[in-house]
Formats: sequence, structure tokens, C-alpha cells
Amino acid sequence: MPEKINLLGWTCPVPLQNYPTIVMGHGAGGKMMSDLIEHLFAPAFDNPLLAQMGDATALDLPPGKAAFTTDSFVVSPLFFPGGDIGELAVNGTVNDLAMRGAKPLYLSAGFILEEGLAMDDLGRLVTSMAAAARAAGVQVATGDTKVVQKGHGDGLYINTSGIGVIPAGIEIGPEQARPGDVVLVSGTLGDHGIAIMSVREGLRFETEIRSDTAPLNGLVEAMINAAGGRRPPLPNSLHCLRDATRGGLSAVLNELAGVSKVGIEFDEKAVPLRPEVNAACEMLGLDPFYIANEGKLVAIVDKGAAEAVLEAMRKHVYGKDAALIGKVVEAHPGLVTARTTIGGMRVVDLPAGELLPRIC
Amino acid sequence: MKYIEEYRDADLTRKLLDDLRRAITRPWTLMEVCGGQTHSIIKTGLDQMLPEQIALIHGPGCPVCVTPLELIDKAIALASRPDVIFTSYGDMLRVPGSGRDLFAVKAAGGDVRIVYSPLDALEIAKANPQKIVVFFAIGFETTAPANAMAVVQAQAQKIPNFAVLVSHVTVPAAITALMESPDVRVDGFLAAGHVCTVMGTWEYEPLAEKYNIPIVVTGFEPVDILHGILDCVRALEASEHPVSNAYARAVTRDGNRPAQAVIQRVFEMTDRAWRGIGVIPMSGYKLRPEFAAFDAELRFPEVQAIETKESPLCISGLVLQGIKKPVECPAFGKQCTPQTPLGATMVSSEGACAAYYRYGRLGK
Repeated sequence: MPEKINLLGWTCPVPLQNYPTIVMGHGAGGKMMSDLIEHLFAPAFDNPLLAQMGDATALDLPPGKAAFTTDSFVVSPLFFPGGDIGELAVNGTVNDLAMRGAKPLYLSAGFILEEGLAMDDLGRLVTSMAAAARAAGVQVATGDTKVVQKGHGDGLYINTSGIGVIPAGIEIGPEQARPGDVVLVSGTLGDHGIAIMSVREGLRFETEIRSDTAPLNGLVEAMINAAGGRRPPLPNSLHCLRDATRGGLSAVLNELAGVSKVGIEFDEKAVPLRPEVNAACEMLGLDPFYIANEGKLVAIVDKGAAEAVLEAMRKHVYGKDAALIGKVVEAHPGLVTARTTIGGMRVVDLPAGELLPRIC
Repeated sequence: MKYIEEYRDADLTRKLLDDLRRAITRPWTLMEVCGGQTHSIIKTGLDQMLPEQIALIHGPGCPVCVTPLELIDKAIALASRPDVIFTSYGDMLRVPGSGRDLFAVKAAGGDVRIVYSPLDALEIAKANPQKIVVFFAIGFETTAPANAMAVVQAQAQKIPNFAVLVSHVTVPAAITALMESPDVRVDGFLAAGHVCTVMGTWEYEPLAEKYNIPIVVTGFEPVDILHGILDCVRALEASEHPVSNAYARAVTRDGNRPAQAVIQRVFEMTDRAWRGIGVIPMSGYKLRPEFAAFDAELRFPEVQAIETKESPLCISGLVLQGIKKPVECPAFGKQCTPQTPLGATMVSSEGACAAYYRYGRLGK
């Protein structure tokens, strides 16, 4: 983890102190809004692109194909063990770009603020976003703020879009899985989802589990280098990358199996799980393979490159618990199966909807 | 994790399967009563590792599956009221009522909250004195003590805005109904371990005697379940019909006396409808008159008038009794899928129909 800045150290600059909470005027386009931009957003995200202050930002892109993605963040609570919505909003979009093999460069940040949001909370979240952007090596190049009436939002929502560039020779996509490939994961699964659940009303339980939110672009770069993807004519051996967010491992594998029209088999025992996450899942009757992650990826890799890629992952701070968990097969295309702890076999389907704690 | 991994051990599983193959000489049909056991069997793939002579029938012990449609519709009516906060165990939210499920009520503005314990619902009631907090008190003898305790606490702490919508059912009544049905062919029961943790095993002795059928109290981990199957098969092969305990680390003959006492204090026996099966006499609990103030159906008498019928296509009742297989249902995989369930057996991950739906796709 990069050194976290002290979020509590943020203090309201003078013009904002008159308003301890967000009021409708902060979104009205007048003086209050420009104070907010001038004294909060601009200093936090400090970069020459924002200083352009135009309706749109002009960007320089290096050669290669551009990658473009967007994601909205609505997590509740805004602050949770191991992270907050601001950090999540940066890492989530950075990771979506990285999963295409792109080098993330620029983000937009759209804020929907609910009237009554504590200015101090907004300050902490924006500071946290800025720190996450620096850690991931991306610039927040443009932004927008809207305020909605009390009761029409959940404190704050953030949308981030991202632009990155895919270097020549990188062919990573969900359709690239082939029978014979192996499946890797970058570390322990389920940490984020269980951390969030542990602080939700009705399910609150004591735990030390922290969200795993992290930018994975550095890890992906290390994997690409290890796989030889940047040195054509060597065969491109990193076939698919996905960050295992909503729906967890199961959603990712099902999607890859479906798009690539292959079967996927994994070994439950090989999947890294923290004992406390496993225990929480046992208690709640949840399947850890369905739980969300915010700093873990799943890779499908040519078998010949697996060892080199795995080694590179384990050397990286966000991949030190990486493991080989399964393989791509010709049988049962579109279907994911797991070898269970007792040596049985089960189908690991897509989750039907919201994950629900079981009654018994 | 201690007390979990030992019971999911591949070597021990193999050894028990070998013992089972040696013990079995002919086909036997066993019913695992509890939905938690079904879940474990499906999740570990145990069903596909058993000798071919063993046919497992997933029994009616899934509270999600047997709670009658009428109660779901009552829950939906209550949850739709602006003066109610409706609280429930999570997996009840997706069970279809005759029109919609509790998720749809929530989407339409109803205040529906998932809780993990009825005592959490009580806390919500304390924090929201202007609303009536209704808890959906469903389940077997396992959840009954905690639900009863919430009512006792509400009375003791004088929390007038707490109420329970009760649909409790009991296992011995279900076993009796199955054995009395001329269509049901079950050779032995794996009784629900956690129900017996509360109730003990003594209730089953007259049943085993009357119906000449072995009843083996069984746990939930794959090794526990195999242990239960093995005990049951050995009894059947020896033409014996004992009540035996294959879950001794949790279950005693007497059970948990204080838990039984709180059930007795709050609830009395009543006839209950089981979804898809019909009314089984004296098969459930209802609140005793002295706790009537906490009865959601009395508090909102208009919901008592709700009467509903199942989808005419759904045969989940026959499936729950082991009379028909899910694939024999004309709606299976057509009108009825896990995304568009007609009956509760297609809802939960352990529901027999949902399990068949998945494995069917694998060609098994």
C-alpha cells in the first residue's frame, strides 16, 4: 500500500467554513460553487490540465489505441474499513482501464452531492481521491459538481470516466481464453464485500477485515512484461484480465467462459481466502466466490507463461498472494465448475441478484 | 477453520464413501429433511459422489420453500404500508408472492430491511418509535427460540411498536405427513441436525417406531452428511429402524431445555399451511394469546383476509415430497427459471428445482 495521507489533517479553507454542510447553492453555478472548486477541488487535484478551466480539457495522448471507460460509485457507507468512496472511485476506473492492458492516464470526476453532506466529509473524500490518483499515476483532468435536495441522494455519488492508452501488441480481451490456458487470481478474495457488509445496518459484526481497494495498473504492467506481450513477435500470452468486482470470482469466470465459449474449472482449495472472510461467509451463509473485490484481478494466461506471470505477480505489492486456481477446458462451454474441498464437483453459476444471507 | 475443515476433508470423505459402498447391497431412497443439508450436498458436489443405489430426496425442511404463499402475500401487504418497517432474514426477500416479491416492495418505496437476528429488528423498533417494526418470524424449531426471545424482550422492555408475522413450522409434523401420504416412498430420514440441537431427539422415537423407518440425526458438513447416510443405510440393510445420532457433537437426546422453554412460553401448536403441500394439522407454532399484542396479523387485521393460490403450473409441493422430479414439471426451465421463479424451490440455491436447473445445463 502506498503511504496514506492523513485525511483528518484536511481543514476547511476559509470561504468554505461558513458552510459546514453542502447546501443547494453549492451546485447553483455561482460564487458558492466557484469557491468549492477554487478552494477544494482544484487544490486537491492540483494539475496543469485542471488549470485550463475550460468547458473541456485538451489532452495529449501517446501513440496506441485509446481505452475509455466509465463507472459510478454509490457505496454506502461513504467511509468503510480500509477505504472510502473517493479512493474506490479512482481505483475502480483505473482498474477497468488496466484490465484492457491500457496504461491509465486521465480521469474525469463527476460528483452528485446531497444537500446536508458534511463539508468535512467531502473534504476528506476529495483528499482521498487525489491521493489515490497520485498513487495510480493518473490525472483528474475534468470534473463536475451537482447538488440534489436532501433525501434524493445517499450523501454523495461519484462517477469517474477514464482514458488510457493500449500499447501496440497488447491483445487482452474477454474473448481470448483458450482451452489449455490457466486461471490466476492476484490475491485473497472477498475482502471488500465482507468489509462493507460488516458495517451495514442489520448485519454489523466485529471484524478486522479491510477493503482491498487498490490500483492494479502497476501489477498489470508487471504481468504484461512477464508475459512478453510487449515484445512482438513473441506470442501474446496474457489472454484475459478482469477485476473481480461485483459478483466476485464467479461473475468474472462465467463471463469469460461465456464470451470465449470455453469451460472453466477451478479448485476451491487453491483460491486464496482470509480465514476471517471465510468465517464471515460461513456465518452469513454466503459463498466467498460471489463476494465483491476492489483490488483483485483474475487472469487467463497461456500455460507456458503461467509460471513467469505468477512470479511477477507475487513480487508486486498487490499480487503477493497470487495463485493458480484453475484451467480453461473445451468441455461444457459457457459453464464454470469447481472442484470442491471434498473432491466433488459443482457448477458455479452467476449470482441471481443481490447476495442474501441464508436463514439456515 | 476449526470444526469446519475437518468435516470437509477429502480423505475422510473418500473413506466414508468406501464404507458406504461396502455397506449397501440394494437401492435406498433417503430424504434429507433440512434445506441446509441440501445446500451443503449441492455445494460440495456430494450428490454426484454417492453410490448409484442411493437416491436422495430434498425434503421440506427449507423454511424459504415451505412458507405458504398466503404468508408471503401478507408480508408484502405489511411491507407496503408507509407506517411499517418490515424486517426479514435475507433469503425471504426473493421468494415470489402471487404478484411480486419483497424486493419489488422495497423498490416501490416500502421500508424493507434485512436483519440477521430478530433482536436486531427489536433494536430497529427502539430506534423508530413512530413506525411499527414487523419481523417475519419464519422457520423451523431452529429459529423459533430466537424469535420467541425477541417477543419476550419486546414485552419485558415495553416496546409496543414491535410485531411478528409468524409462520413457524415443525419437523416431526412434516415427517408424519410424509409418512401418511400414500405417494411418498422414503426408506429413511436424515433428520435436521440444528432442529435437534434445540429439540433433542426424543420426539422422533415414536415416529421411527410407528412407521418402521430409521431416523438419523445428521449434521451439515459433507462428512457429517455421509456419516448420517452411512448410519441410515446400515440400519436399513439390517432391517432396523432406530433413532440414531450422527451429529453427537451438537445434539443430545434432551436438546436445549431453556430454548424449548422459551418456545413453549411464547408459542402454541397450530395447524399450518405448507407451501405446495397444504395444511398439516398441528404442524406449526402461533403466538399464545398473552402475546397477542405482538401479533402482526392481529395488529393489521386487514391482512387476515388475504387468501392466495399457487401458480397452477408449479408442482413444487410434489417435488418437496419427493413424488416428482423437477424436470417432470411442464414449467421447468420454460416459464420457471431462477430468474423468474414460479415456486420457492426455484428460488434458493438449495431449492431442488434450482439445483436441477443448474446441473441440467451440465448434461447430468
